Amino acid sequence: MRLADKFNELKNRNETALLAYVCAGDPDIDSTSRIVDSLIKGGADIIELGLPFSDPVADGPTIQAASERALSAGMNPDRYFELVANLDVQVPLVCMTYYNLIYKRGIERFVKDCVSSGISGLIIPDLPAEESHDLANCCSQEGVDLIFLVAPVTTDERIEMILSKTSGFVYIVSRLGVTGTRTDVTAATSDIISRVRTDIPKAVGFGISNAEQAAKIIEAGADGVIVGSAFVDIIASGDNVNKRLEDLTTEIKAVCRRD
Amino acid sequence: MSDTKYGKYGGQFVPEILMPALEELEQGYEKYRNDPQFLEELNYYLKDFAGRETPLYHARNLSKKYGTKIYLKREDLVHGGAHKLNNTIGQALLAKYMGKTRLVAETGAGQHGTATAMAGTNLGFETHVYMGAKDTERQRMNVYRMEIMGTEVHPVESGSRTLKDAINEALRDWVSNVENTHYLIGSVVGPHPYPMMVRDFQSVIGNEVKQQIMEKEGRYPDSIVACTGGGSNAMGIFYPFIEEDVKLIAVEAGGKGMKYTKDAALHSASLSVGEDGVLQGACTRILQDEYGQILESSSISAGLDYSGVGPELAHLADIGRIIPRVVNDDMALEAFHELSRVEGIIPALESSHAIAHVMEAAESGELGELVVINLSGRGDKDLETVIGLERRG
Ligand SMILES: Cc1ncc(COP(=O)(O)O)c(C=O)c1O
Repeated sequence: MRLADKFNELKNRNETALLAYVCAGDPDIDSTSRIVDSLIKGGADIIELGLPFSDPVADGPTIQAASERALSAGMNPDRYFELVANLDVQVPLVCMTYYNLIYKRGIERFVKDCVSSGISGLIIPDLPAEESHDLANCCSQEGVDLIFLVAPVTTDERIEMILSKTSGFVYIVSRLGVTGTRTDVTAATSDIISRVRTDIPKAVGFGISNAEQAAKIIEAGADGVIVGSAFVDIIASGDNVNKRLEDLTTEIKAVCRRD
Repeated sequence: MSDTKYGKYGGQFVPEILMPALEELEQGYEKYRNDPQFLEELNYYLKDFAGRETPLYHARNLSKKYGTKIYLKREDLVHGGAHKLNNTIGQALLAKYMGKTRLVAETGAGQHGTATAMAGTNLGFETHVYMGAKDTERQRMNVYRMEIMGTEVHPVESGSRTLKDAINEALRDWVSNVENTHYLIGSVVGPHPYPMMVRDFQSVIGNEVKQQIMEKEGRYPDSIVACTGGGSNAMGIFYPFIEEDVKLIAVEAGGKGMKYTKDAALHSASLSVGEDGVLQGACTRILQDEYGQILESSSISAGLDYSGVGPELAHLADIGRIIPRVVNDDMALEAFHELSRVEGIIPALESSHAIAHVMEAAESGELGELVVINLSGRGDKDLETVIGLERRG
């Protein structure tokens, strides 16, 4: 399913999208499909499935640790695409990874693997718009969305340039820093959301971990909320994981339904 | 925006949060690099604080023994004991002109961290240095040096707990504090404009050599040899000679041999045997596995122990303008002792790689009759390592 269709469908139901991030292969390769099922059961609309990289510079300690667990468990791009192809889900899947894994596999091969396994979009936090030419061309040819990020420090001029390149949605980084559960939804968050003027869906992430924060983000005008580290924390605890993932998703999804 | 690439290498592969900061840095650098007041102040610090210019020393004993005329560029005599201060003074001064109040840096052996602490303290910055936990353990003296100067040292526990992870952590700090903070990278690596800027600040080495060798020999050398981790001392001495008819040899750490385990290389020879990839902001040659996961590197010298290399060096190697060579741990250790015994100069283990290559290659004649070695640092910091190794036998 294309991301645009999903956002449209939700808009028609007056719902905000809940995008749930987990790292594929964390804590082991077999657990991922059950984890994804729990997130969907709780109400996740889009799944961001991390493909772990050895040097995740945009991630805080929580997702770094998840990446290390997944790599130790043997996760790699071959197994990732195999795992994704075997997932039996009805929601769009987005691959979040770092550029070197794409570069090394070869852009064309990577994007074709996305198509054949059922990945709808790509988020590459270390690939700014300026460096995206080759990947963007290939993605548009193959019908895979390439999602770019904007941050509170992004100038209006850059926002415009990025909006001209992003597809599927635009990822708004809520605050300075790396991924993690630490947050306060500040004036800077509302400011950046309001500065991104577009019809393209706006999904906001980094540091959102509960329903209360999600509500504030929705209030500020987001079309989607992205939650990652909070789910990864649950996975890391090893304690009643699937039930707690489902519960947290349900809680956050509840504030995404506005009627 | 100016060109960010060297051939196919370089670029700016960083999170969007850093793009405005890189643009600001680029503009700041363009504004001040030729500003008379900035240059006057920079030269003042290089002379009176760092101790430049450094001598170009004719190593008579070594020359005699190896049958070719060898000069040593004495960067070991720079304040702090390595070439690193040339760059940290330059960047810290630039950061001050740009109104930043806080510096972050990564360090491997602690040499760049120490040089950042010196420049940062002197110029009034709050200074934070990230250092792999493995390195804080094996380079305790440098941790103390930094702390004594008031710098906060953060041990990094993630990943392989070495330089690569320290860079990741410094980048994460910068992403979080980008508005008042300058990230002071220690080598010609990372996103544009760092490789260019660090090269320019280190070019003082090569510019001095040009004058000094003309005064002493009336001609340029046949070859220049420098050790290469990220490549800042190499680019610093090479760059002014790029257009000249001089052989430029970049010597990388061969560690325990050109071998691999599942997630580590037993060497650090990214220029010689690395493959193209994107690491820490730049496209360059890196040590990686079949999927593009970064391999840990290895070397007896912490300063060469890095999985990547500066993008401009990768380009110059591609077009054949520089020659990459590899020297292993044992050869470097031998050279460390050789220079100490023959010349009364204890070299850094990093620089020992360059010396070892000259010891090995001089006889074949491939270096010509007039050779300059960049003696990038002094070896006091390495005594504990060397003694430890030799006790273990
Ligand atoms: C004495 C010395 N030489 C060389 C290096 C390697 O760095 P580069 O290749 O950037 O000169 C270091 C790094 O710490 C060093 O301390």
